[in-house]
Parts: sequence; structure tokens; C-alpha cells
Amino acid sequence: MGPLVPDVISPELDLVVAFLLGIAFGFVLEQAGFSSSRRLTGLFYGTDFTVLRVFFTAGVTAMSGVLLLSRLGLLDMDVVYINPTFLQSAILGGVIMGFGFVIGGFCPGTGICGAAVGRIDGIVFVLGGLFGIFLFGEAYPHVLNIYTAGSYGDLLVSQSLGLTQGQFALSLIVVAVTAFGITTRIEKRVNPDSDSFRFPLRAHRWAGAGVLILGVILAGIGDRKSILLAKAADPAWQRAHPIERMTPDELAFHIIDGDPRLVPVDMRDAAAFANMSLPGSINIQPPAMLGKMWRDELGQDHKRKVFFAQDEQAAVSAATLAQLLGYRNIAVLEGGLDGFASSILQAAAPAGVLSADVAAAVRFRARAAAEIAVLIKQRGGVKPIRQIKKVQGGCGG
Amino acid sequence: MKTRYMNPYLAGFLLGLILLATVFISGRGLGASGALKAVVSSTVWAVAPGHAAHSAFYQGAHPQGKSPLMEWLVFEALGVVLGAFVSGVISDRLTFTLERPPHVKSWVRVAGAFAGGALFGIGSQFGRGCTSGAALSGMAVLSAGGFLTMLAIFGSAYAVAYFFRKLWT
Repeated sequence: MGPLVPDVISPELDLVVAFLLGIAFGFVLEQAGFSSSRRLTGLFYGTDFTVLRVFFTAGVTAMSGVLLLSRLGLLDMDVVYINPTFLQSAILGGVIMGFGFVIGGFCPGTGICGAAVGRIDGIVFVLGGLFGIFLFGEAYPHVLNIYTAGSYGDLLVSQSLGLTQGQFALSLIVVAVTAFGITTRIEKRVNPDSDSFRFPLRAHRWAGAGVLILGVILAGIGDRKSILLAKAADPAWQRAHPIERMTPDELAFHIIDGDPRLVPVDMRDAAAFANMSLPGSINIQPPAMLGKMWRDELGQDHKRKVFFAQDEQAAVSAATLAQLLGYRNIAVLEGGLDGFASSILQAAAPAGVLSADVAAAVRFRARAAAEIAVLIKQRGGVKPIRQIKKVQGGCGG
Repeated sequence: MKTRYMNPYLAGFLLGLILLATVFISGRGLGASGALKAVVSSTVWAVAPGHAAHSAFYQGAHPQGKSPLMEWLVFEALGVVLGAFVSGVISDRLTFTLERPPHVKSWVRVAGAFAGGALFGIGSQFGRGCTSGAALSGMAVLSAGGFLTMLAIFGSAYAVAYFFRKLWT
């Protein structure tokens, strides 16, 4: 599952990857004509809509790819860097950059491209950019208020509009294709000599139709997280895909035996887990299983993962989700933690005459209760929360 | 005669695939202003370490003792320079020239490029990225902030384009 850094590709090799991706990035930008300030600014005067075409096509391509990969479970979006949203700062910065674009004729990426092919204005633009960042750095304490105001964290644009990611993708594709059509008409009128629409019209119509179909598919497939969570919680699905149960006695036996092939998986919330947790148990919130975070712990087939929560049913959904994700050797604790407490930890002594079997069971439970109580006490308060290691990305630092 | 540019939709598609590969491999987006920031930061650390050590901006971006140039975006930007250069060689666009409309004086274009660059430098810090790092990469991962910044960049550029038309037309 992506991203490949740091599991498959080491952080050092990542720098080589950065260089190679940069070469491809610079090559395509220059081939698109982005080393020319007059071509870039043509966007704002109706003479050349190349920037819009390249930019929108790139954005739609990358976004659709990201959605498809994460839907197929090939990309863990909980790890990928999402540009954080700071409302005021994002708008203010964009407005200032708009001025910079029209006055300077470049943006930083294209300015670097222009400089690379010998455009003096590109070189000067990049120098100006350095100066601007230096000015910001010096003024930083005075602008900190607005810089950090209106923080919404990793807010997705689809969330903020109340759409699913797929619905948003479809809307964006419709907007993009419409914009391509309209701007080509404008460009034909304003700049009849432009070479940018001397391409086969028929092929472009087919491509446009293809992209719209892709958008409909994206809107239709929904996002992986909610589909899997809904499926795992569906009683009909659970009946059709039953999970084995482990009795409290068996769990108690494995615990006092110190069995290394047992992993108790506690699905209660972090506070409850910190207050009291079974020996050797780990605490997982169900959605966190969807990513890479717990793959090492859950992915070892020779270990028996026993899911439990306060009651049995809450753990069944979580265990079903783990099963859907392809994890094997899973069981659910019969009766949940409540059942474990009543039958082992705080078992009441039965009255009357007991048969030999029952008497042995009672003795075992009493011994288990005592030993497990000691183990729980030794374990003490455990910090349950494991933070998702997000990639540090972006330009803002 | 110079060779023609690539079909913009094809260029956009390729650019999108490169960005997708970046997200899939490195878990982050492409960028440009971040590399410039690293250059500024390393210069200030080298020239005035005392000043940098007292600044939350430089400490935050590149803490003392950590080289600002050993950074993903710096390597990527070096690649951009090489890639654009190779493209310029292949398509015969490698000329040392100041690009401007005939009626615009050289110093006006130079001043405009510097001022525009400086504005972009400032704006990219507020926006936490520029057209590449905030707008395009933000779009790929559906970041609300990325979309806001993109709308603000192009909205403001269109809004003020009329007043600077003499620079370009």
C-alpha cells in the first residue's frame, strides 16, 4: 500500500526520487510552454488558455488517480500529506500571488523553468521570489496572527461542500470540460492565429466524453472507508461471514500462559483502555485498521487476534472489518469484556454441591482471576494512542 | 523555427501522472516555493546564524543544525531545472533573452519580474505553497485550503489583469 516511503523506499532514496520526479516535472512544464511569461499571462487576456488546460487536466488526472488508488486500497490517504487549511491565510496568500502572477508573468515553478532555458525575466523573478520570502521571514512575528487564524486542519474540499469525494470529482470534471469548451471559443475569437486549437477536434471530443464517464464512475463507487465500515456493520453480512468465538476461559488460559501467539485487540475508546487494559492487548479504533498503521500487528497469520469491546456486538463489527481487509486468524471474545469480568475476574462462587468438572473450572477461574489481576496491575496505565505518521510535505514548512 | 509546444491536454495529463506518482511514492505533492524558502533559510543561517536562531520563522522551517538544503523540495527543484533545460535543448528554445512585448522597456520588465517574484514569495508563505505546492498538489488530495488558494490566485489575477495590461499586450 502506498505511499512507498518509508516502508519500501528509504528516506535517503526518496531524495533521488524527488530529483527524478523534478526532472519529469520541469520537462513537461517546459514542453507545455510554461517557460514563457507571455504565454502564461495570455491566460488573463484571453489570448492563450494553455495554462488553464494544462493545470486543470493535471489536477483532474492526479485527483482521479488518487481517488481510484485509495478506493482500491492501494494508497493510504491517512498518511499522505494533505495541505492544511488556514482560511484567512490561504485567501490572502492567493490574492497576493494573483498580483504577483500578473505583474511578474510567472509563478515560482514556471519561473524556475524560464530561468533554466535562459529567460532573464525568469531569473529575475526567482530572485524576487527569494527576496519576498526573506521579507515574509522578517515580518513573521507581526503576521503570525493572520498566518495561523482560521485553522481547519486537513479539511477536504468535498467535506466542506457536503459532498462525497466522488461527487466532488464529478462536479470538478464537469466544470473543467465546460471551461475547456468555452475558453477555446473565446480564444478563437480573441486570437485567431493561436496554435493551441490546431489539434484534431474529434479526438478531443472523445477524450472529453471519456473524462465525463470517468467522473460518473468516481461518483458512483463511493469511498472505500465508508463502504467497508458499512459492510462490516451490516448484520446480514456478519451472518453470512461468521467469526469464530473464543470463550473467556480460553482467553484467560492463554493470558496466564503468556502465549506469544495471542494478541488481544481492544476496540474500546482510548480513555477506557488507559484506565484498564488486558495484559498484552493493543488498542485500535476501527477506522485505523483501514490504513497501514496496524498492518504489522494484524498481519501475522500465526498469531490469534482476539477482538473484544465492552460487549460482544461492538467487537463483531470490528472483527468483520478486519476479515474484510484480508486479515486471518481472527476471533471475537464471547460476551465481550463484560462477560470476561463476570465469568473470570469477578466470578461469584457457585453455591451447592459441585461435580468434579465444575469444581475444577471454578478453581481455574479463581486462579486466573488472581493472576490476571496481578498482571493488569503490573501493566499499569498504558498510553494507547499511536499517532499516524503523516508525511511532512508542502511548501509552507 | 522553434518547435511547437506539446498539446496542452497531453501535457496536463502527463503532469497529472507525475503528480500522482509523487503522491503514491513519496506521500506528498510537488512544489516550488518551498525550495526557494530553503535557499533563503540556508542563506540566513549561514550569514546571520544568531538572527536565524532567534527567529521562529527560520527555526520552525529549518531548525539549527539541520541543513535546509537536504530537503525533498530542493532536490525536486534541481530536477526541474535540469528537466526544463533538457526540454529547452530538445525543442531549441534555449536562448538568453528577456521576454517582453516590443513596446515594453527592458527595465520595466525587469522591475515587474522582480516585484512579481517578491509578491509571489510573500503570497506563497501565507498560502503555504504556490501554484504547484498549494493549488495543484492541493487539488490532487482534495485539500480545501489548496482549492481556496487556487481560486484566490486566479480570481485576483483576473481581477487586476486589466490594470496591468500595458505590461503584456
